[in-house]
Amino acid sequence: MDKVNIGAVITTPGSALNYKTGSWRTLKPVLDEAKCKFCNICWQLCPDSAIEQADAKAKKPIKIDYDYCKGCGICVQECPFNALEMVEEEK
Amino acid sequence: MASDELFTSGHRGCAGCGMAAAVRMVLQEAGPNTIVANATGCLEVMTTAYPETAWKIPWIHAAFENAAAVASGIDVALKKLGKREGINILAFGGDGGTYDIGFQALSGMLERGHNITYVVFDNEAYMNTGIQRCSSTPFAASTTTSPAGKFSIGKKEKKKPIASIVAAHDIAYTATATIANYRDLKKKVRKALDAEGPSFIQIFSPCPTGWRYPSELTVELSRMAVETGIFVLWELEGSDMNKIKVTYWPKERKPVEEYLKMQRRFAHLFKPEKKTDILNKIQEEVDEKWKHLEELNEMAR
Ligand SMILES: Cc1ncc(C[n+]2csc(CCOP(=O)(O)OP(=O)(O)O)c2C)c(N)n1
Ligand code: SF4
Ligand code: SF4
Ligand SMILES: [Mg+2]
Repeated sequence: MDKVNIGAVITTPGSALNYKTGSWRTLKPVLDEAKCKFCNICWQLCPDSAIEQADAKAKKPIKIDYDYCKGCGICVQECPFNALEMVEEEK
Repeated sequence: MASDELFTSGHRGCAGCGMAAAVRMVLQEAGPNTIVANATGCLEVMTTAYPETAWKIPWIHAAFENAAAVASGIDVALKKLGKREGINILAFGGDGGTYDIGFQALSGMLERGHNITYVVFDNEAYMNTGIQRCSSTPFAASTTTSPAGKFSIGKKEKKKPIASIVAAHDIAYTATATIANYRDLKKKVRKALDAEGPSFIQIFSPCPTGWRYPSELTVELSRMAVETGIFVLWELEGSDMNKIKVTYWPKERKPVEEYLKMQRRFAHLFKPEKKTDILNKIQEEVDEKWKHLEELNEMAR
């Protein structure tokens, strides 16, 4: 950090994306693509916007963004189809 | 991350933060033409670690006590500039910043009739500074300033009914919501934004760190708070509490115990021995509240 703007104004919207919270994870959600029914419930509930939406028409399942997923486990807990599983994070 | 997300990944909220999920939902409904004034608290601290920000909309950090006053200023300034049209002004506060220290700024904003939607993310304590009790903290919850122990059952007082108190200002729209009922939440955000005049939404925001439960249970706890009847989903236009509309009736209310025992802030109610008197007291109060709601509902028919 070189210089603080007057009023500490931040002029780059969404720059928190530079910070990869994925390194916080100790457990990691893993998707069984065949089981995903494209409901997007996990996408809606993720506190970290770390899930890419499924597309039912294209039969494209959700995708987890491991750069940001903190491994909270909400998606695994809430998926109505048990398409997600929590596994130990390997180092 | 989807590029149209207005609340980005990379914020420093704890894994499983209920408030973070709620903020995303609110902004998804409000859209990009939105300005947020945010009181100090977890939300401000976790989203704006200088020089980074997780916000993709104009966002201003207010002090702990004055988010509503800052939002009021934005409203007046934009009007003066002739730029008020088509812009949502939101004020965000934690429960501490809303029920306690920011209450007079909020009351002023409501009384002056600003067209602002105030959202309180209610995690039932001062989390950012280390889980201190608040007037929002429920009866019997253990916090660092209402610790349970040999001579204490946790917080002695009950939770302040903030949404009813706010509604008593006779504002355009008041509602309560949870992330488990996210369609209902978004519908209420839309109604609040479309209302002419001040509106207020209380969002129940489970906090794994402060309530001491495993992070994956954030949504399940929101659901259980509603299904046990501890947290009522309702909305109201104006100030007549006899006209409140319960937006979700649990089919069969679950015992409050089932909700309480999921969280270690209530662990002292279950061990070393079960505190049946306290548990009964909590259950009776919930039953009483629902009896009243059912009576109102009967009268409205
Ligand atoms: C006047 C003043 N007093 C105290 C503080 C310290 N402080 C910062 S955030 C906070 C607690 C915030 O609690 P709440 O509003 O419930 O938000 P949460 O962190 O729980 O989301 C306190 C006490 C402050 N910033 N300003
Ligand atoms: S909740 Fe389950 S089924 Fe629904 S989109 Fe996510 S992974 Fe797929
Ligand atoms: S302490 Fe609670 S409210 Fe604060 S960031 Fe962590 S989970 Fe969210
Ligand atoms: Mg709080």
